[in-house]
Amino acid sequence: MSAVFDSLSRFYASSIGKKILVALTGLILLGFVLGHMIGNLLIFAGQDAINEYGHLLQTALHGGGVWIARAGLLVAVVIHIVATISLTRANRAAREDKYGMQKAQVSSKSSHIMIWSGLTILAFIVYHLLHFTVRAGNDYATYKTTLHGETVHDVYRMVIAGFSWAPASIFYLIAMALLCSHLSHGFSSLFQTLGISTDKSEPLFKKAGYAFAGLIFAGNAAIVLSIWLFGYGR
Amino acid sequence: MSLDSHIPSGPMAMKWSKHKQDSKLINPKNKRKFTVLVVGSGLAGSSAAATLSELGYKVKCFCFQDSARRAHSIAAQGGINAAKNYQNDGDSVHRLFYDTVKGGDFRAREANVHRLAEVSVNIIDQCVAQGVPFAREYGGMLANRSFGGAQVSRTFYARGQTGQQLLLGAYSALNKEIAGGGVEMYSRMEMLDIVTVDGHAKGIITRNLVTGKIEAHAGDAVLLCTGGYGNVFYLSTNAMGCNVTATWRAHKKGAFFANPCYTQIHPTCIPVSGDYQSKLTLMSESLRNDGRVWVPKKKEDCGKAPSQIAEADRDYYLERKYPSFGNLAPRDISSRAAKEACDDGRGVGPGGRGVYLDFAEAIQQFGANTIAERYGNLFEMYERITGESAYKQPMRIYPAVHYTMGGLWVDYNLMSNLPGLHVLGEANFSDHGANRLGASALMQGLADGYFVIPTTIANYLVSQKPGSITTEHPEFKKALEDCTSQTKGFLNNKGKRSVDSFHRELGLLVWEKCGMARDKAGLTEAINRIPELREEFKQNVFVPGSGDACNPELEKAGRVADFMEFAELLCLDARHREESCGGHFRSEYQYPDGEAKRDDENFCYAAAWEYTGNFGAPTLNKEPLSFEEVHLAVRSYK
Amino acid sequence: MSQLNLHLKVWRQNAGQPGHFQDIEAPEIPDHASFLEMMDIVNERLIAKGEEPVAFDHDCREGICGMCSMQINGVPHGPEKATTTCQLHMRKFRTGDTIWIEPFRAKAFPVIKDLVVDRGAFDRIQQAGGFVSVRTGAPQDANALPIGKEIADAAMDAAECIGCGACVAACKNASAMLFVSAKAGQLNLLPQGKPEKDRRTLGMVRQMDKEGFGNCTNQYECEAACPKQISVRWITKLNRDYAVAAIKDAFGNSPKVAGGGD
Ligand SMILES: Cc1cc2nc3c(=O)[nH]c(=O)nc-3n(C[C@H](O)[C@H](O)[C@H](O)COP(=O)(O)OP(=O)(O)OC[C@H]3O[C@@H](n4cnc5c(N)ncnc54)[C@H](O)[C@@H]3O)c2cc1C
Ligand code: HEM
Ligand code: HEM
Ligand code: SF4
Ligand code: F3S
Ligand code: FES
Repeated sequence: MSAVFDSLSRFYASSIGKKILVALTGLILLGFVLGHMIGNLLIFAGQDAINEYGHLLQTALHGGGVWIARAGLLVAVVIHIVATISLTRANRAAREDKYGMQKAQVSSKSSHIMIWSGLTILAFIVYHLLHFTVRAGNDYATYKTTLHGETVHDVYRMVIAGFSWAPASIFYLIAMALLCSHLSHGFSSLFQTLGISTDKSEPLFKKAGYAFAGLIFAGNAAIVLSIWLFGYGR
Repeated sequence: MSLDSHIPSGPMAMKWSKHKQDSKLINPKNKRKFTVLVVGSGLAGSSAAATLSELGYKVKCFCFQDSARRAHSIAAQGGINAAKNYQNDGDSVHRLFYDTVKGGDFRAREANVHRLAEVSVNIIDQCVAQGVPFAREYGGMLANRSFGGAQVSRTFYARGQTGQQLLLGAYSALNKEIAGGGVEMYSRMEMLDIVTVDGHAKGIITRNLVTGKIEAHAGDAVLLCTGGYGNVFYLSTNAMGCNVTATWRAHKKGAFFANPCYTQIHPTCIPVSGDYQSKLTLMSESLRNDGRVWVPKKKEDCGKAPSQIAEADRDYYLERKYPSFGNLAPRDISSRAAKEACDDGRGVGPGGRGVYLDFAEAIQQFGANTIAERYGNLFEMYERITGESAYKQPMRIYPAVHYTMGGLWVDYNLMSNLPGLHVLGEANFSDHGANRLGASALMQGLADGYFVIPTTIANYLVSQKPGSITTEHPEFKKALEDCTSQTKGFLNNKGKRSVDSFHRELGLLVWEKCGMARDKAGLTEAINRIPELREEFKQNVFVPGSGDACNPELEKAGRVADFMEFAELLCLDARHREESCGGHFRSEYQYPDGEAKRDDENFCYAAAWEYTGNFGAPTLNKEPLSFEEVHLAVRSYK
Repeated sequence: MSQLNLHLKVWRQNAGQPGHFQDIEAPEIPDHASFLEMMDIVNERLIAKGEEPVAFDHDCREGICGMCSMQINGVPHGPEKATTTCQLHMRKFRTGDTIWIEPFRAKAFPVIKDLVVDRGAFDRIQQAGGFVSVRTGAPQDANALPIGKEIADAAMDAAECIGCGACVAACKNASAMLFVSAKAGQLNLLPQGKPEKDRRTLGMVRQMDKEGFGNCTNQYECEAACPKQISVRWITKLNRDYAVAAIKDAFGNSPKVAGGGD
């Protein structure tokens, strides 16, 4: 056991090991972001559709499903964040003296600001959880509706209410833009980190990454914009 | 003094086996007590250091570059010969031996050359086992090509960078031993002097090129693997740092310098473009397979664009003079022909020092694509350097100094006349005679390091008490003081001229008087001028900066000071050898058709010069050469 | 041949002391000169004025030894693709240009003087496993081990690395992954290197980390700057080889890692 633990801690201590963890957790988060967005888009399918979906999630495995998912996500997010912060610090330390002039020839702006886009997403997640999950500082918890005769939480009304307030919507949009930026590099990058990319597949991963990032942005922003600017559901 | 080359008795093909059997063994426990100092980390040095460490000796290895991997061997392009006969085209150890002796114009020692040909096959096995990525055929077997006019395909190669790949192989072996603790590596360390105790080489003095610290290192034997002295000409295809310091200092401590006048000129280099030029770049000789060499017939045409010169006004001089070999005439012959054309005022390009190598006809015949396939990377390199496209206009080429066959005299054990001082690779004189064949220098460096010295060094060490001399010995103190005071001398000299300006002047002088073609009058002029220049250098050189930090000017000053002394010996040797052979062409000694005229009656010996304290009057020792297997004959390429 | 008048901003530094940019005017530079010959001319002029010349590393001046190392206008080895500093020629610049000349910067490459840096870390990484453990004289006949041309060519692609460090200099993280992956990759790919593959991979990566290089975040600047155009696919391979080796290390019979340590 301790031999295994030693090896794993050596793995984590190494640059490539940490990177692989970032990629694996990134992959989990990618999956979540996609699934979550699809779920959120149910808002356009009407009040009942999204509420049913929300209810389904809450009650899966007798209510245990959501906690298992939460635990998984939490672990992934924590590993992702702790590892990327430690990587970023090491990267800064590796070049103490800055160049008087440095030109990037091929790398994207997004790839240079991963830590900032990431930290913004983190801030967003905290805000977002307080907003819709903990429902702190609002009365969304009291929003109820009936579905198939059961009283359930009215996710639909909560979201509509949430994005009716301009500052929240604006912050969401900024966060979505940075998430888009994060994903535009992160998506294809993870295939490289996991040792999968080839000369032929790399361009495909790149394009798929841009498409994925664009899709996530478009899907999520559509919800915010249609409620906030176009008054959907209000 | 009599020179004993310790050539084993017996038939040629059995000498090396016999010698291996007769060589002394040192028991493994004792080996660990011996320290061997290896100066140089090129093919010769790295392979020797790694192998000696594998055997159990304690090794310290030195190089002046920042990493052992950057030794000048890295630059070799073409390939390495080995008598594997994988192509089934009739090659054999004997044929490689024969070609090398003949190619050396009968001025090499037969027994050494035979040994070289024998171990050549082991070299390839060794390199492949290390992971050297030689070119291969689809079936997975090693590929070969024919090189430098050889009639068999025995050259192994790795794209255009065989030297780098072989060196990286040897360097990886060295790394393995460094990791295992057997070798201590000292990079950015320049050897300034050798220390002899009772006539035996027992140590070296080095300068740390980062901190400036001058230090002594003691050992039971010293191996000089420090490469050639081509940079005495300032402009050459050698790396900027190549120097004669190590071998010259050894010479001044008593080691004989043999045949310094045997220098090789390569015909296809990119010409000098201005007086700022710092080095010359070699272009593969293979270009001559398709390119046609010419100059304008009339001097007035030299300034014109080549396309403006009518076919009838062009002189394809190689085709004219050597109808059967034409543009493929051997290195020395085509080099001299280029010089003659330029001396005649018909050279092209800046300074009139260049001839055309024209691909127009080949492009017309085979199409630009085929030519690009064959020479694309060379054309690219040419364009990068000159800004001209060889697809559109002829290349300009000119010969340049490339390799030095001369070096410290060694016996069959690769030991110089100074007991304990062994010399390997380009730094010794032994295997190439008056002219080296293409793809044979890499072979020799690795043969010496991997296979010869590990056997022969024991013959010396067995007579020594390990560790008996330490750096506390007064000889070390003295050598340290000498080096320190030389360094101080440079820094305190309040001169006006830069080191480079002296090096350029010396180089030009030696190139003009002792370059491609030499004669007595010119050599005498040089021999008179060099001491003056040396004196002026002493008086007027300016070396800025300090002695106890990284100071490239100071490094150069030490090297140029040694070139200044060595150049005189080079010219003296060239003047004394009143014959033409291989890379040494004396205009007085040629046949009416311009072929080199060897004088076997009077000069069939290796000239081993002994330092007397007076640069102008060294003592000549002769090692007579006898040819049992390959019979003396005239080279002809008509 | 025309001449250029240039303004140089050159980094000057002594080991262990802070450095600064020095403005040097470089008039009348022949456009046929190489970049290093331009530096030679500048140095000759400094010497003529009794000043200390700019120290820089160089040796072969034909793009193979990997010694030359300058960050020129923000790019290692300057703006030309697949070209080392020594092979860069002044005709690529225009008269009036300002040229920034700096050392390759990385914590793992401490400055020795001016533009000269210490790349000893590369040697130590190689010593941690960049070899095949074979003794001189032991091997079988070279052709006893057939190696397909594709594999041999791919290994040769990796082997072209000249160890210059431009990849580190170009990477915003000062990561040495391109170099290490090319070195490990060449041997990991070849049958000769297979027996020690895991041990080599773990050893070299561990040493790389120890030397203080940054981590790769897949920027691909290294590939763009590499004078030998080493592909980032070698990094892909190293990532993969490392994952396999680490899993075996954790759950299999652990290999002894070269270079000692834990
Ligand atoms: C451009 C070019 C192409 C060539 N192509 C071929 C080819 O295709 N085939 C072929 O067979 N040959 C070729 N040669 C010749 C061949 O490369 C060399 O002769 C051979 O590599 C020399 O190896 P070496 O080990 O003797 O010396 P080098 O590789 O020159 O090594 C010398 C070593 O000594 C060290 N050293 C020198 N002086 C000192 C000092 N004072 N203090 C400390 N260390 C010192 C250096 O640091 C270096 O490590 C070519 C040569 C050139 C220039
Ligand atoms: C939904 C949330 C997130 C997703 C989907 C996500 C996804 C990814 C992916 C796929 C990668 C690429 C991994 C690789 O190249 O191997 C990545 C890298 C990175 N992430 Fe995130 N991430 C998220 C949140 C965060 C957060 C909160 C941070 C805050 C610290 C962060 C910081 C980083 C950084 C700095 C990198 C670059 C590290 C590297 O490439 O080595 N990410 N992310
Ligand atoms: C416009 C876009 C988004 C909308 C409309 C939205 C909506 C919601 C809603 C309604 C909930 C609460 C579900 C419930 O508890 O009933 C929720 C939870 C959550 N959202 Fe979002 N979300 C959006 C974007 C994001 C993004 C981009 C992320 C991640 C980076 C994210 C991460 C989460 C997380 C982690 C939870 C908590 C899940 C749980 O544990 O219950 N959301 N979201
Ligand atoms: S990978 Fe390229 S840039 Fe990096 S050291 Fe090797 S040759 Fe230089
Ligand atoms: S630039 Fe740096 S981030 Fe990786 S791909 Fe190259 S090492
Ligand atoms: S000086 Fe050798 S690569 Fe530039």
